[in-house]
Amino acid sequence: MQTINLEADGLRSMNAALQGQSTDTNQTSWEIVNPKGSHAIAVGLDAPIEVTVKGSTGYYCAGMNKQATVHINGSAGPGVAENMMSGTVIVDGDASQYAGATGRGGLLVIKGNASSRCGISMKGIDIVVHGNIGHMSAFMAQSGNLVVCGDAGDALGDSIYEARLFVRGSVKSLGADCIEKEMRPEHIEILRDLLEKAGCDAKPEEFKRYGSARQLYNFKIDNAGAY
Amino acid sequence: MKDGKLAAIPRTTPVQSATFTNSVNAEIRRAAATGIYDIRGGGAKRRVPHFEDLLFLGASISRYPLEGYRERCDTRVTLGTRFAKKPIELDIPVTIAGMSFGALSGPAKEALGRGASMAGTSTTTGDGGMTEEERGHSTKLVYQYLPSRYGMNPDDLRRCDAIEVVVGQGAKPGGGGMLLGQKISDRVAEMRNLPKGIDQRSACRHPDWTGPDDLEIKILELREITAWEKPIYIKIGGARPYFDTTLAVKAGADVVVLDGMQGGTAATQDVFIEHVGQPILACIREAVRALQDLGMHREVQLIVSGGIRNGADVAKAMALGADAVAIGTAALIALGDNDPKWESEYQKLGTTTGAYDDWHEGQDPAGITTQDPELMARFDPIEGGRRLNNYLKVMTLEAQTIARACGHNHLHNLEPEDLVALTMEAAAMAKVPLAGTDWYPGKPGF
Repeated sequence: MQTINLEADGLRSMNAALQGQSTDTNQTSWEIVNPKGSHAIAVGLDAPIEVTVKGSTGYYCAGMNKQATVHINGSAGPGVAENMMSGTVIVDGDASQYAGATGRGGLLVIKGNASSRCGISMKGIDIVVHGNIGHMSAFMAQSGNLVVCGDAGDALGDSIYEARLFVRGSVKSLGADCIEKEMRPEHIEILRDLLEKAGCDAKPEEFKRYGSARQLYNFKIDNAGAY
Repeated sequence: MKDGKLAAIPRTTPVQSATFTNSVNAEIRRAAATGIYDIRGGGAKRRVPHFEDLLFLGASISRYPLEGYRERCDTRVTLGTRFAKKPIELDIPVTIAGMSFGALSGPAKEALGRGASMAGTSTTTGDGGMTEEERGHSTKLVYQYLPSRYGMNPDDLRRCDAIEVVVGQGAKPGGGGMLLGQKISDRVAEMRNLPKGIDQRSACRHPDWTGPDDLEIKILELREITAWEKPIYIKIGGARPYFDTTLAVKAGADVVVLDGMQGGTAATQDVFIEHVGQPILACIREAVRALQDLGMHREVQLIVSGGIRNGADVAKAMALGADAVAIGTAALIALGDNDPKWESEYQKLGTTTGAYDDWHEGQDPAGITTQDPELMARFDPIEGGRRLNNYLKVMTLEAQTIARACGHNHLHNLEPEDLVALTMEAAAMAKVPLAGTDWYPGKPGF
């Protein structure tokens, strides 16, 4: 286990050490202490290492992550795992706005609640939220899966493309062009796999699926009122 | 009364309305018939105060000129000296503005890279990610970081030479974008992670930051991912140049890119293009004032764009305080866009040479702004690159000619005192004297 004291060593030194690990590194286990809500912790990683952050983080923790597993023993500020390419990010507490924004791959697990715009413009990432999510989540979501074990706020999936949204609780309202869809066996399997990976004991059958009605895919003047 | 006498009575001459002109009426009829606003590229087509409203004074007894063929006039520029470990060094201060793969064909992007590299300058990606054609042929490549984040990934961030965070653009400050489905080929769809054939919307603001304080943190993240090597540009439309430049500097920009309403390659509603934003002439001095007030002029470099056409425009922009300029529309024309040889095809599309601006529809006869394989085949990227290089060379030579005539041995030494304005409006915007006077509107002390 390699330990970095963020307060003492500084952000650049910490990120340089983590970014400097190669795919075949032997130093696979890292611990960041004294994060104290700092921004841009463990960003741009590209190696199969495990990084545990001992505390809460500021903006963009694990941004653009590839391969690495980043575990936050606290809550995460805005944009956690933004544009993640692959790997896993786990937040033990709550996540602020834009969690997993534009993520392209990998798995983001939020064990608490996620604020507004969770999964905004997601492009392939899988996000599992054990609690609730805020308004405008999955706005313009392109692909990937967003699983919400609690409730969803207003305007879920507004202007959604091909992402799949699974919600176990209530949905306050759906956004433009987002509709409830049939839960087919393949969706149950996708959901079962994601819940298992996220350490969630909810049953797939308890969820409803939402996705695009595909009515806004090509501009039509008659749709102008939908915005 | 006989018919002959009636004919002899003088008639009122039919008068066309200056308000309801033929083109205005035609647009009303088109809107009434379709129910859809007009979308186009080409930037503002209305006459606005511009660089031709300024003149250089040239040398006189108080200043002596440099000999054009014997005395050196430097053109090099370094961008990104504030924080970046690896600033960009350019041979000339004319760069290629961001234009997306998707909007442009792969060969067109290749040609831009070829021409820019031969001339010793940079080119810029666009809303759609980085292509191999562009990276492979661009010695210096600026990677745009846009609200859509289409194609965004950390590997491309690390292999670019600078990062341009796009907050706005001159054609549509405050607006997003749309790439129509007919331009979404398999390759474009894959790069943007969206189904083929659907209209692809680009958001008007970034998904994970909302204001200057957030932007500062976003820039910190980008710098950390790229080990503080890359210059970070912030591109703004010509909306509130003083405040936007101030906030961009506060957020940590190495370079501010300022785009006026003549900025033309982005497709959007005609009403947006013609009625939102300011001409570049009205923006430059305000941006420079912001930099000067912060003590950052020349430490944070300023690139201006929007209607740059020739070396005189380059020299005037730099005299007003810019460090470099960017060209988009002019670069496409140099490649062969709107060329008279395609006139018969422009006419089939209901337009004519010089007026073609429906680049977003993918039917470009010149094969530049299209994804149609047959049209793309008309365009030779090697020849296009050669033409662009020639054009960039001419612009540079013209700017040098003017700088020498004003007695300067570097384009950066051009200054507002070298200029006068031909109109009151241009004088007020550029804050240089109206020709024949020592006054401009708003000048302190008058």
